[in-house]
Amino acid sequence: MNAEPMIRLIDVRKRFASQEILKGVNLSIYEGKTTVIVGESGKGKSLILKHILGLIRPDKGKVLVEGNDINKIGRKDLKAIRSKFGVLFQNAALFDSMTVFDNVALPLRERTKASEEEIRKIVNEKLDLMDIEGSNDKYPAQLSGGMRKRVGLARALVLNPKIVFFDEPTTGLDVAKSNEMYRVFFKTQSKLGYTALIVSHDVPKIFKLADYVALLHDGVIQDCLPPEDFQTSENPFIKEFVQKTMGYIYESEQVEG
Amino acid sequence: MILLKYIEKLGDLFLYYVDQAGRMGIFLVNVIINIFKLPYYKISHITKQIYNIGALSIFVIIFTGLFTGMVLGLQGYNTLRKFGSEGLLGSAVALSLIRELGPVLAALMVTGRAGSAICAEIGIMRNSEQIDALECMAIDPHKYILAPKFIAAIISMPLLTAIFDVVGIFGGYIIGVKLLGLNEGSYFSGMYKDVEFQDIYMGFVKSLCFGLIVVWICSGKGYFVHLERKGGFGAEGVSRVTTNAVVLSSVSILVLDYFITSVLI
Amino acid sequence: MNRITTETAVGIFIIAGLLCMAYLSIKLGDVSIFATKQYPVKARFANIGGLKEGSEVEIAGVKVGKVAKITLDNYQAIVELLINPGIRLQEDSIASIRTQGIIGDKYVKISPGGAEEYIKPNGMISETESTVDIEELISKYIFEKK
Repeated sequence: MNAEPMIRLIDVRKRFASQEILKGVNLSIYEGKTTVIVGESGKGKSLILKHILGLIRPDKGKVLVEGNDINKIGRKDLKAIRSKFGVLFQNAALFDSMTVFDNVALPLRERTKASEEEIRKIVNEKLDLMDIEGSNDKYPAQLSGGMRKRVGLARALVLNPKIVFFDEPTTGLDVAKSNEMYRVFFKTQSKLGYTALIVSHDVPKIFKLADYVALLHDGVIQDCLPPEDFQTSENPFIKEFVQKTMGYIYESEQVEG
Repeated sequence: MILLKYIEKLGDLFLYYVDQAGRMGIFLVNVIINIFKLPYYKISHITKQIYNIGALSIFVIIFTGLFTGMVLGLQGYNTLRKFGSEGLLGSAVALSLIRELGPVLAALMVTGRAGSAICAEIGIMRNSEQIDALECMAIDPHKYILAPKFIAAIISMPLLTAIFDVVGIFGGYIIGVKLLGLNEGSYFSGMYKDVEFQDIYMGFVKSLCFGLIVVWICSGKGYFVHLERKGGFGAEGVSRVTTNAVVLSSVSILVLDYFITSVLI
Repeated sequence: MNRITTETAVGIFIIAGLLCMAYLSIKLGDVSIFATKQYPVKARFANIGGLKEGSEVEIAGVKVGKVAKITLDNYQAIVELLINPGIRLQEDSIASIRTQGIIGDKYVKISPGGAEEYIKPNGMISETESTVDIEELISKYIFEKK
């Protein structure tokens, strides 16, 4: 933990109408690591993501990406920073009016000067990584939820981002599909070596792929720890969360161990 | 205490509308800047939008234009006959269409047909995070989604209005000349003499402004659906904001019509 | 296939729209694309009654131009006429304001003269006849009979 974090949130606060959702979030994300944010749904996990992406401005606090406050830099620099980002949204956010191929090709077409032939090559390469064949000409509405997410991931990865954000990558998928999703995640991360930030409540499975787990509770990141330490943490909220989501069996195992 | 609460609510509401006005203004400026920003568009983006806004509206426009012209012919004929000046029918139909009814009715039709579609489309893109996705890909949605719609609306509106006018004049001709037996020459020559460039110009300016108003309000409402006061999420949010957009842009068209007329007359 | 229909539809739409616009502005709005160079001539009238900008100018019942501008000078009306090219007006032409029918539109009638000299562009028609005030005429007729 001695390296400079890639992304740092410092005392980020956000209020909507009369409700304060984020009450001073502090979080560091390190290069090459996989950080998972867990917590109850509807309590602002995705909101943290949107703050890092610069989609929402915090009322107070700073969001530093590689040392730059993304709410203070100009449009051009923001664009430059965002081009290092890849995002898989909760519902994949594919463009309904475009085919799978066009969806994945969009960042290449709009952001680079690649020729149509190069685009075809890169897109097919990424789609192959996702294990979806023969869907190039389908429209998003014709795909299942799991496939849509994989196409979304292919689109997020098409510009070889340094950091990839996952907003609830397995929500709404059955067990087989979410295992498939994790498999694709491992495969792509080992191949492309990106830093990952995952928002999820798929506990305990998510612990297997996390380097750090952070719990958001009551608008504050309670702690950010490696999974083993997380499960044995003395923080009352983390303890409660671990008990609630993994059951007492798991805890007794820990006690025995 | 209750009074204080009401005042607070009123203040909130006021602030909300001020915010919204500000948002919409900044939105418009952003889109206009992006229209002129390089790189320019692929023609196919704009063609597709002209197809949606203009070409698909053509039948509605022809239909309403025809019947508007016909009813003007009928009403005009019966009114003018009282003064023995049926000869003015051509001028009356053409002038009221070109100066007033053409731009306004065409704009209202486009609001209903294309404006609502634009609003719903953008609202759904917002709610399904497609707009966020674009921003995260460092593609400016103002440029990529909105600018082509604005350009298409501003090109389509005057053309639709012109079609409306011509079809309406033809409708008046059917009723006045073919049905009620007015002299064909007096219908057209009166029209050619009395309609001046000033009138055409006024209709043209109006249609441009209305085109901008429709696309501005409808796309802006959809774009900011997530900031709606009554909650802008889900299908209900989009449907409510679409209704709002259609009502607001229809009202704005009529209000703006008065002001443009008073300036140009 | 889908692409072609979209583009065809847009093409038809734009052509139809432009045709309608052209019809409106050229035929109805009197926009002359083949810039026929009309030349201006002025005339001074004591009273122009209901003459308006855009009213017609006729010689022997044939339209030869239109009224471009009306201004007031020394309590008299200065009317600027735009005359079609090729129509030449003699120095002693008479411009008079007439009415089509009894309550029809006012127009400027030019009666040709016999002089050798022609009026140059921006010249002045010196001989004018003001509008005939029908009300005045009628009352004169009625009251003088008594």
